[in-house]
Amino acid sequence: MADLVSQAKELLDSGAVQVIIGYAAGTNGTRRPHVARSAAQAACLVFDEGCVQNLASYLVKPEVKRFGKAAILARTATARAALQLMAERQIADGSVRILVEAGDSVAVLDSAEALEAHLALQAEGISAKDRELLERLRAMTHAERWAFWQKELARCVKCYACRNSCPMCYCERCTMDCNRPQWVPVPSHAVGNLEYHTVRAMHLAGRCVECGECGRACPVGIPVHLMTFHAEDSVRRQFGSEAGRTAKLDYALSTFKPDDKETFIR
Amino acid sequence: MAETYTISNEALDRLFQAMAQDGRRILAPVDADGRIELQLVARPADVAQGYLQTILSAKETVFPKVERLLSYELEPSKVDLKDATPQALPTVLFGIRPCEASAFAALDAVFNWDTRDAFFNARWQNLAVIGMACTQSDAACFCTSVGGAPDSTKGSDILLKPLADASGYQAEVLTDKGRAIQALVPECFLSSEPSPFSPAVVESAFDQPALTAKLPGLFDNELWVDQSLRCIGCGACAFVCPTCVCFDIQEEADAKKGERLRCWDSCGFSMFTLHASGHNPREKQSQRWRQRVYHKFSYYPQRYGMLGCVGCGKCTRACPVDMNLKEHLKDAAEVQA
Amino acid sequence: MNERFEPKITAFVCNWCTYAGADLTGTSRIKYASNVRIIRVPCTGRIDFMLILKAFERGSDGVIVSGCHPNDCHYTSGNYHARRRWMVFKEQLEFMGVDTDRITFSWVSAAEGAKWAELVNDVTAKIRALGPHEAFHALAGQGIN
Repeated sequence: MADLVSQAKELLDSGAVQVIIGYAAGTNGTRRPHVARSAAQAACLVFDEGCVQNLASYLVKPEVKRFGKAAILARTATARAALQLMAERQIADGSVRILVEAGDSVAVLDSAEALEAHLALQAEGISAKDRELLERLRAMTHAERWAFWQKELARCVKCYACRNSCPMCYCERCTMDCNRPQWVPVPSHAVGNLEYHTVRAMHLAGRCVECGECGRACPVGIPVHLMTFHAEDSVRRQFGSEAGRTAKLDYALSTFKPDDKETFIR
Repeated sequence: MAETYTISNEALDRLFQAMAQDGRRILAPVDADGRIELQLVARPADVAQGYLQTILSAKETVFPKVERLLSYELEPSKVDLKDATPQALPTVLFGIRPCEASAFAALDAVFNWDTRDAFFNARWQNLAVIGMACTQSDAACFCTSVGGAPDSTKGSDILLKPLADASGYQAEVLTDKGRAIQALVPECFLSSEPSPFSPAVVESAFDQPALTAKLPGLFDNELWVDQSLRCIGCGACAFVCPTCVCFDIQEEADAKKGERLRCWDSCGFSMFTLHASGHNPREKQSQRWRQRVYHKFSYYPQRYGMLGCVGCGKCTRACPVDMNLKEHLKDAAEVQA
Repeated sequence: MNERFEPKITAFVCNWCTYAGADLTGTSRIKYASNVRIIRVPCTGRIDFMLILKAFERGSDGVIVSGCHPNDCHYTSGNYHARRRWMVFKEQLEFMGVDTDRITFSWVSAAEGAKWAELVNDVTAKIRALGPHEAFHALAGQGIN
């Protein structure tokens, strides 16, 4: 495994960056995000197979941004998210040092262009397990799917771990917080849960980088990532665009082609 | 006064049947696709084996995630208002851990502070707790640092300890509610001497009284900033926590009818303390994180003479970014003021 | 005497085309099913997918969404945006298990009074055959203690 941690520490020591966003050892053998703003705090950084969480949400967090330039240890998911955030103008191009594995060595990407070039070589898509789950769901009748999601969503407690762990959910005032009118019910009853998750999936259609962080974050084990994966897949299939691949924003739902084809409008 | 008995596995099965016949529903930890959740069970065989804890806490039984307070219908010149009657079915919580059993006191402190919350009380009065002492723990547990123990009787009406030969349990009947359950099938409870029990080992991690005394002086310390840098401000910790009690009240209405609902809220949410003026006294995550720690370890002792934390570790396990409360408290206890 | 189920249908229509078209239906004295409640918006581009969910939540058994034909939008491109949104939203609803046969999307121009009547009659018959939207109606009150 390439030594991203040493490279990050060098950048911090040299003053090129003021904060490192990486991973540290967590409880019960897990790995967790770690934000280090000094050499002492950087001492516990690790990078191994257990480090899979998408860290890009920390790039748009005011509490982290205020320290200055950041270096971030990036798996493909984090890199895709960072590129999408640049395309959406949430991170200034060139303001972040993105450390990725390039074979056995470390590449430091510091522009949207460099990210784009690197990501063009990464084939990673969603996991085989998730693909299989999606196929199983799509093969069901709509009544079976309804029963599936109602059973899963009944556990939802509206903690918003899914939303808050998503790098693309950076709105300071989320639509859930709008209360005049209260579009989406706050309580975690059946209506509130269905509407919240459907709205979130729609807001991510064409923007989801398929990292699965939302599903990982859910404390009660609902496969919420499948909903956003489906929305992203819907956009990819129908409009050919994909989140987190290009430096120039190509958001399907804010553009159109006069000859978009569909089969269901009378 | 506690009395010790032995209850065999077969006798426990008979007890379950007797409780059901007595009109009580039984909630216990169940293996649901690998997750341990509180669900209705009929027999001891339905209960999960070898589990540590449930993901969500048992507070759901007395403080549900969504609860109706009242409903109304609107007509041209009158409002037909109906107070909701809490559905407080007689319930037995079976197999929850001593940490969770002791947490009900913290809920009671708030729900019966000055106003007596009718909804909490109706459910609480109809609830009996058969706790199960712990033979295992994990790195997130810290009950022994906050005055608890893997075999503590606090909060249980009956406390069970698994016998070493797995033939049944030692049962301590602790309260009137416990005695009422015992009275359903007294022959199932065989009087006996306390049998040897090896509770889980939970090393004490920090000196809590010292930390509580130190907190007022740490209010402006930078450590809250560093500890909360990875916090994403969701409600997972507050919602799984057996002592967290903050709630929101939502009105859902249209032109003809409406209802008022109570639902869980979290001090970690960015808008939790947002004023109508637009001012937010806790607009940074570090302030909200600090509030969480202080509420449980400083304000609760001041106001209620008890801690607002039982060291169950559910928050740590549920947190998407592993905000390990035991670690954070240990660091706070050791930081230079 | 059998009580026939009369579906409740909410129609979100754009002001310039479909609403005017529906108006023409009326002035032409063409009879059509009275199950529809029309909600007028300036343009289909304004139709948030939440509106469709809310219509079902508030008791609709069926929903019609209708606007100007492509290339005829009063605001030039609102209906193009709407079309893309519907293409994604319809698939998302199907994925969640909602019966999307209950939603009908259409282009009805200001001159198509007859088409509006035909559309409403067809949709009403279809929803009547599907029956009340039990799945959604059953959600109300679920999950509340």
